[in-house]
Amino acid sequence: MKPTASDRINSARLTSWAAALAICALLASGASAETATAPTGAAPLAAAPAGTDDPALQPLKLQRAVPRANGPWTPVDHGKFAALKGPFKSPRDVTSACLTCHTDSANQMKSTIHWTWSKKDPNTGHMIGKANVFNTFCANIKSNEQFCTVCHVGYGDPDPAHFVPFNERAENQVDCLVCHDRSGKYKKIPFLGGNPAVERTRVRPGCNEVYGTEEPYVDPPDLAAVAQSVGAPKRENCGGCHFYGGGGDGVKHGDLDSSLVKATKALDVHMDANGLNFACETCHVASNHLLAGSHYEVDAKPTGGALMRGSAHGGNPASCQSCHGDMPHKKSTLASTINMHTRDIACQTCHIPAMARGGVATKMKWDYSSAGKFGPNGTPLVLNDAKGDNVYWGVKGTFAWGRDVIPQYAWFNGSEDWMTNGEKLHPGADGVVEVNRISGSATDGKSRIWPFKIMRNNQPFDPVNNTLTIFHSFGFDDDAFTISGDWNRSITAGMKDAKLPYSGKFSFVPTRMYWPLAHMVAPAEKALQCAECHADGGRLASVAGVYIPGRGSDHQPWTERLGMLAVVLSAAGVIGHGLLRIMMWLRRRRGEAA
Amino acid sequence: MTTERVYLFKRFERFWHWSQAALVIALLITGFRIHGVISGFDVETGIRVHMYAAWALMALWAFAIFWHFTTGEWRQYIPTLDRAVAVARFYAWGIFLGEAHPYHPTPEHKQNALQRLAYLWVKILINPMIWISGLALLFMALNWTTLESARPFGVSLQTLAWAHTIAAYMMATFFVLHIYLATTGATPLAHIKAMITGWELNEQ
Ligand code: HEM
Repeated sequence: MKPTASDRINSARLTSWAAALAICALLASGASAETATAPTGAAPLAAAPAGTDDPALQPLKLQRAVPRANGPWTPVDHGKFAALKGPFKSPRDVTSACLTCHTDSANQMKSTIHWTWSKKDPNTGHMIGKANVFNTFCANIKSNEQFCTVCHVGYGDPDPAHFVPFNERAENQVDCLVCHDRSGKYKKIPFLGGNPAVERTRVRPGCNEVYGTEEPYVDPPDLAAVAQSVGAPKRENCGGCHFYGGGGDGVKHGDLDSSLVKATKALDVHMDANGLNFACETCHVASNHLLAGSHYEVDAKPTGGALMRGSAHGGNPASCQSCHGDMPHKKSTLASTINMHTRDIACQTCHIPAMARGGVATKMKWDYSSAGKFGPNGTPLVLNDAKGDNVYWGVKGTFAWGRDVIPQYAWFNGSEDWMTNGEKLHPGADGVVEVNRISGSATDGKSRIWPFKIMRNNQPFDPVNNTLTIFHSFGFDDDAFTISGDWNRSITAGMKDAKLPYSGKFSFVPTRMYWPLAHMVAPAEKALQCAECHADGGRLASVAGVYIPGRGSDHQPWTERLGMLAVVLSAAGVIGHGLLRIMMWLRRRRGEAA
Repeated sequence: MTTERVYLFKRFERFWHWSQAALVIALLITGFRIHGVISGFDVETGIRVHMYAAWALMALWAFAIFWHFTTGEWRQYIPTLDRAVAVARFYAWGIFLGEAHPYHPTPEHKQNALQRLAYLWVKILINPMIWISGLALLFMALNWTTLESARPFGVSLQTLAWAHTIAAYMMATFFVLHIYLATTGATPLAHIKAMITGWELNEQ
């Protein structure tokens, strides 16, 4: 093998180093000939007996603080605590055990929206939160609590027909395990008021996904094993509810689904399992069990530099700006041009090029008006499309799904006007009812252009009272729509439970819901290119109030017409003039020649 | 017909002319790419080249203005009607018959009446309009919404962009005419050679 240039350089380096070392050694041995032979007394530090495992004697290795999808390591092994040895008769006993050390945790939890499902909106003064608002999926929680609280951090009565209001629950009815289980074996079961299975429980047909099993039944978890596994929440814990909202994987958000558990870099640059590997709580930092960031309080336009970790600040850690600042682009030669955009364009708009990018489809449309059909065998009809997506289900209606969906864009200042229970319809400009009307404009100084998933439905309303109806959808009783398929009956039951008037008449009205996107952040090289918006018919084609170079509708039409005309006429003029010149010159030449 | 050689364009003038030409061509192409009327390369490249070329052009103009005033060459652009009708008649008629150009440039008076008017128009209208609106676009884009506070001089980004576009169309029109007129010397390439070597051919 011929030595390469670098080999030669390396060997040259080696020789010079060797020479230098030899000289040093000579000098040193001459200078310290005496001390070298003298007895030192103290044992030399490095000369440990062979085979020692004393950590102080191991080679120096620097600790790298790698953020982990699993959350931080803690100095505690809960498996060693006597209080968690079990056996536990009920999940509440586990909570009681937790509280023997974590004395204030249940109280902290009970003040957060994860528990109350209800908060006052500082913008509108309305009571919002799951317990008070409509959505365009299963519509409303009222009268369906025993089912919906499968995603509540509490334990109610396991009787499917008996809901215990959250504020009437004891401290040991807070569910620590749903967030802190790290064994993956803890699973809350629908219809049981937030409890895991207490005995072998039959899976309701067609509902395997919400029961989290392929089997026709679920067995109770080994509560002691689960309790001993606890630690910081993993993605699977948060995802157990937030990935599966709306009735299944990816259904609700568009930017949250199970593909994030082992995210690739292309899917989410921060959650990349082989890269930064952030846990959910790396951004959604918690203190006293209160987590940063919420759809109910979106910081549409955080400004200023990055927040110093550990310093006192009033900022929201669950914002891009809290780490990146509001002038984040540095590497590109277009950095200052791109940074101009941060004033008006949310980071998410360019850095989330599409939603549902992990292969899991998200639900884009639901049509309740078509629900109620039964198959030949007498059970609710189920239809799947070629991709395996469920496009019709007798108990719910018709669905449309999307993968790699391009978001919709709108000015957004973080404030949403939620339609709360009993409120008159909020029709948008096109007549479609907006259950959470977003506000924002180019001129309010508080807005940015944000990306949204828009989820549509066609859901039952009371045309006399002009309200969306609450209906009893989920239960084992005959009033439940999923049992009887009788709208009038389930609406009557739902409105009665909500103590709201129902005229007895119902019809279906198109509805719309806005989901601001913030997850599935693509790496920089996959962010939007300029021409996605700086073009005719680009992504921001319908966003008003801003001049976008390259967007035809922003041009002054007469400038374009006259400008083009001037260029074209002068080009035509000079070509004509030139041709005439050539012709005349040819003729003159022929004349001269003749 | 005899011809006479005159040394018209000094070294700086020639350098200025050709570097300005290159920059203006680059700015026209990239500007209209940004504008969305031409395609063939990405907007990123368009913006990048436009920004660098714009700064280079402004630096060049700064030198050129300095040069014009220190050398007194600015007087070349003082408007005149001297032989204007004869020049106009030449382009409309005489040129087809092979007549000699009625105006003979000298180092003191390089431009005929029509050229003076055209270049004056470029210098006092198109250039400042492009320069001012372009600079304002660069700096005001930071505040580009219709927000009142985002209009420090009472003009919106849109108005600025419109002004810049109007000037760009005028520049494009000028460019087309200018290229053609460059071929109307004693021979089609005479003017162009003059701008390269400095030496112009005058037909008597
Ligand atoms: C011959 C000279 C120039 C021509 C023909 C030209 C042409 C154009 C055109 C057609 C546009 C697109 C306008 C739109 O769609 O909004 C544009 C944009 C622009 N031009 Fe020029 N321009 C020239 C010189 C300059 C100069 C000297 C500057 C000064 C810095 C400048 C700065 C800009 C800026 C900032 C934009 C907006 C691009 C963006 O928003 O990123 N241009 N130019």
